[in-house]
Amino acid sequence: MSAARPGSARTAVARPDWWRREGVRLWGGIALAVVLLVGVAPAVLSDFRLNLLAKFLCLAMVAVGIGLAWGRGGMLVLGQGVFFGLGGYLMAMHMKLSDAGPGGVPDFMLLYGDGVVPGWWEPLRSPVVTVLAILLLPAGLAAVLGLAVFRRRVRGAYFAILSQALAAAFAILLVGQQKVTGGTNGLNGFRSFFGYDLADPVNKRMLYYIAAGVLVVMVVVVRLLMRSRYGELLVAVRDQENRVRFLGYDPAVVKVVAYAVAAAFAAVGGALFAPVAGIISPADVGVVPSIALLVGVAIGGRATLLGPVLGSIAVSWAETSLSEQFPSFWTYFQGALFIGVVAFLPNGLASLGGALRRRRARGSAVPEVGPASDVRPAAGSAGGVPADPPAGAPDVTTDTVDTAGRHA
Amino acid sequence: MSDTTPAVEAGRLDTEALEQVLAAPAARFRHDYLEVRGLRVEFDGFVAVDGVDLTVTQGDLRFLIGPNGAGKTTVVDALTGLVAAAGSAQFGGVDLLGRPSHRIARSGVGRTFQTASVFDELTVLQNLDIAAGARRGPLTLLRRRRSVPPEVEAALETVGLAHVRDLPAGVLAHGQKQWLEIGMLLVQDARLLLLDEPVAGMSQAEREETGLLLQRIGEQRTVVVVEHDMEFLRAFASSVTVLHQGKVLAEGTVAQVQADPRVVEVYLGTGAHGRGSRTAATSTEVE
Repeated sequence: MSAARPGSARTAVARPDWWRREGVRLWGGIALAVVLLVGVAPAVLSDFRLNLLAKFLCLAMVAVGIGLAWGRGGMLVLGQGVFFGLGGYLMAMHMKLSDAGPGGVPDFMLLYGDGVVPGWWEPLRSPVVTVLAILLLPAGLAAVLGLAVFRRRVRGAYFAILSQALAAAFAILLVGQQKVTGGTNGLNGFRSFFGYDLADPVNKRMLYYIAAGVLVVMVVVVRLLMRSRYGELLVAVRDQENRVRFLGYDPAVVKVVAYAVAAAFAAVGGALFAPVAGIISPADVGVVPSIALLVGVAIGGRATLLGPVLGSIAVSWAETSLSEQFPSFWTYFQGALFIGVVAFLPNGLASLGGALRRRRARGSAVPEVGPASDVRPAAGSAGGVPADPPAGAPDVTTDTVDTAGRHA
Repeated sequence: MSDTTPAVEAGRLDTEALEQVLAAPAARFRHDYLEVRGLRVEFDGFVAVDGVDLTVTQGDLRFLIGPNGAGKTTVVDALTGLVAAAGSAQFGGVDLLGRPSHRIARSGVGRTFQTASVFDELTVLQNLDIAAGARRGPLTLLRRRRSVPPEVEAALETVGLAHVRDLPAGVLAHGQKQWLEIGMLLVQDARLLLLDEPVAGMSQAEREETGLLLQRIGEQRTVVVVEHDMEFLRAFASSVTVLHQGKVLAEGTVAQVQADPRVVEVYLGTGAHGRGSRTAATSTEVE
């Protein structure tokens, strides 16, 4: 990158530097992510840490969806735990059934219930039905729910409260139906994942690779959506819903699409979380985990492409490592971080680069306004030539801007 | 975005490009007219609009005036489905009342708001492209915009914003935002244009240009303008409806309305006295 700088700096006026071009940044970023996730992480992390990372990646999938629905669509989705839980429980039910063998009864049903598998569990014996259900059921639920809510023009805090109440209700329902959902304990003790033995570390690694691949695909999908005409429309609905309505669009439909996509992402995250973590329980789907998912997105930067992913992974990682060092200290740290980011960087850490760049640009703009003699000493001392050609002055400013951009 | 970007240099409205926009065959608009009968809007017992009758034909440039609280904006809100209303309202043979706003918009009714409401974070081009796209299918929506649709290009020229097409609409000057709104109505292919104070905050030269633009659009389409600016009204209105306390007080040409003693009494009082000297009437708001 630094080798290309002298040449590209000269052409910077005509066209952006090659690494700043859109396609290069997108595919370069994806390649970098793949190298880090698939190449570096498995090589340097122990099996235990890698499994933790896989868990974080599953949570990051939810974050990608929240970034789309909240950051781009303005829907404060405080109840993504519902869809995460739906996906997780669907997968867990399948795994319990297949552990029990054909026609068998999952262990907890023998323990708490009458030993009869309820009818609505039966279809999940088939892996195909399970995968389809994970992909379609939560998204369909989100579509129905979203249409009902958005058509009535429920927005902002009211929508947030509604979605959160839903998460609370879902958790309570799961706890109450112990005979068929495992109650507070949730579903756990899975032995196999689509026929692969989960006790085998190789298969644990495979789960990690699947999670990494799915996450990268999701980020690419969101990126394509953001850049499409639909993405522009979604931002328009977020900022001026009524105006969009008077242009002949139904904003409810526009929002529902993003909401359903976010729900599907959350469900897939949950479905992979269950085998990775070895458990899915009401504690993973209620109000608190739903808010925790959102905090990562807010800290990372909700309206950006990578902010939600990186924010979510960073918060999960910080939670684990800080809890290891100082048990029960994490909650305070999380609260402080959240307040700090919201107060000083309302658009999340992803906006830090832009804020710094604007600051630098403002700082370097001052000498430019003054007479040219003000610029020369600075440029001269940098280049070591007192009689610097005037062309050197703009170079200084572009340099600082570029550096700020690269650190971003 | 919050940067105080210096106001973008003012563009000029392009009348040649407008002709391109208005090139559609006149037959399309022949049967267009707005017919409102007994329109009534009530908010919790307060009657904001009380039995308004209004007929605006294609080719008219109708101004809707009245003191604050006369119900002008409420009439526009009722016609576009923003507030529930009783009575009947038809445009081009289609009932407007009781339908959701986006369906009303799709049957050719477009409106603007008192405060320019463009999509600040999107570029000028994106704003117009969205306005042009209500009939796009899902597959088109899920793809990127490969090229600028011709009607969007023509509208960019018409409202003089072609040179700032890639700037976010939020940095435009106030008058340019209003023009962008008019441009959005054009690409939206609205056949009935309901404009709520389109020249508010514009300079004298910009008002002049906007007035001429609206006159030209009005020759082809049905245009209703809610306005406070009396001088703008005198210069460009082809007919005027005066509202007062939710009722139609008078209707006719500018001269007829100004001569009406009831209108003079409730509304034009000061304006009518100042008729001789135009500068006196420039006050935008008659309380």
